[in-house]
Amino acid sequence: MEILKKLGISKSEENAIPKTPCKKCGTEIQNSELYENLCICPECGEYLRMSAKARINATADQGSFEELYADLASKNIIDFPEYDEKLEKAKKTSGLTEGVVCGKCTIDGNKCAMFVMDSNFMMGSMGTIVGEKITRLFELAAKEDLPVVGFCTSGGARMQEGILSLMQMAKVSGAAKRHSESGNLYIAILTDPTTGGVTASFAMQGDIIIAEPGALIGFAGQRVIEQTTGEKLPNGFQRAEFLLEHGFIDMIEERPRMKYTVGKLLSIHKKKNTAKVKGA
Amino acid sequence: MTSASKVTAYERVRAARSGNRPMGGYYISRMIDDFVELHGDRRYGDDGAIVGGIGFLGDTPVTVIAMERGSDIADRMKRHFGCPSPEGYRKALRLMKEAEKFRRPIICFIGSSGAYPGIGAEERGQGEAIAENLFEMMGIKVPIISVIVGEGGSGGALALGVCDTAIMFENAIYSVISPEGCATILWKDAAKAAMAADVLRLTSHDLYGYEVVEEVIKEENRTQDEVCSELKKVLVSEISKKQKLPGKQLLDERYNKFRKIGSM
Repeated sequence: MEILKKLGISKSEENAIPKTPCKKCGTEIQNSELYENLCICPECGEYLRMSAKARINATADQGSFEELYADLASKNIIDFPEYDEKLEKAKKTSGLTEGVVCGKCTIDGNKCAMFVMDSNFMMGSMGTIVGEKITRLFELAAKEDLPVVGFCTSGGARMQEGILSLMQMAKVSGAAKRHSESGNLYIAILTDPTTGGVTASFAMQGDIIIAEPGALIGFAGQRVIEQTTGEKLPNGFQRAEFLLEHGFIDMIEERPRMKYTVGKLLSIHKKKNTAKVKGA
Repeated sequence: MTSASKVTAYERVRAARSGNRPMGGYYISRMIDDFVELHGDRRYGDDGAIVGGIGFLGDTPVTVIAMERGSDIADRMKRHFGCPSPEGYRKALRLMKEAEKFRRPIICFIGSSGAYPGIGAEERGQGEAIAENLFEMMGIKVPIISVIVGEGGSGGALALGVCDTAIMFENAIYSVISPEGCATILWKDAAKAAMAADVLRLTSHDLYGYEVVEEVIKEENRTQDEVCSELKKVLVSEISKKQKLPGKQLLDERYNKFRKIGSM
């Protein structure tokens, strides 16, 4: 249990921390075991949600991740009720200042800019700071000629910042567009759940879109669809496999192979300074 | 804007949703001459919730894309009460690219409670269709003017809202979530929608203050004729201003219009 050593926690101390129950089979999983198993249930193989930190640890080459814009934190800009308390609570439970972590790193030796959303912070919802951080990352990547790797998970635009949250969809889309025009690659990785305004913006704007198995991915909420149409939702509706079948994602990749696949895709797109096409 | 405090946010919500309130099709008939409707997304179908076409605004050929909920009940059912499907957004983008080819300015009329939440809409990529519009509209090299005439409901409204100038009717609303949806989440009670409408800051006065919209068309104590003539005047003036800009500057200004929202 290397993670325990890293954190300086003894086995007995860990036993005192509540275990995490698997959402599918209910097995109580020791947190260190879960972390080392990429948050996959060792009993039934169910994918549990991964924190941004765990995701970075599993994806970036060891010691390569340099965080950016960590000082940006949300404020209650439209004076929305109970938002200050929600932000405080989200900071405590997630250990983050906002719902996305941005930085530069290498993945199997390939340089990239990376953003990782975290569902522990207000369901990864997008307010002005989430929008600002991802926008800055795309702008930086365009300037520095870097690919962007983005792990998405979000309940959508953040209600507590009203229209200003909605406008982040356009803002990030603009930055993603400019990054695309700079000739650089954007890989979007959709994890459970990716919905609402994030699906309707940068999650669906990747050159290559990968999803984790079983991830819920969609625009409208399932209850809203049922109530509006009165129809029963088909099995597997809005799951990664459903999107693959309907042609909206490039592939589904298992979590333990994600780093390898992303690294391979980055290396295929690696730019050579002396790139001259023979016979051109 | 002095009357802002007298009318509550929820009264504006009700006004924006009123069954009698004119929608996109009405403004096309009032101010676009020789309008020719163009149908279909060339991919799957034709969505009646979005009407698109070409015509003249004064002397200027323009492309117009308008959300439309329809007139009688049968028409409204057919148009999903103005809630667009992916085909509507794809038709809109097709017509915008066509407008770019022929250097026609684009006018978008927004009035919809949101993108249609249906099984088929999800199967055919509702999220992807909206995302594609946001992405591509940032690069369309002709002026885009969006007019929020009724309810501007979330991402489904924004999909026609990436523009150079946003014009909003005084009694229109524009929101990240419906007041009912917000009240259900906040207070587990959709009946508290009036309170939610207040805290969401969704009125034209709020949005003008946040610099999300550049122009507000006053409605109070005005006839439809006066409102239409005012809107037409603003459209003509904005289009002529934006048409003078070199392509790169137009796109830079559009980018910055959104870039500055919530920037640190």
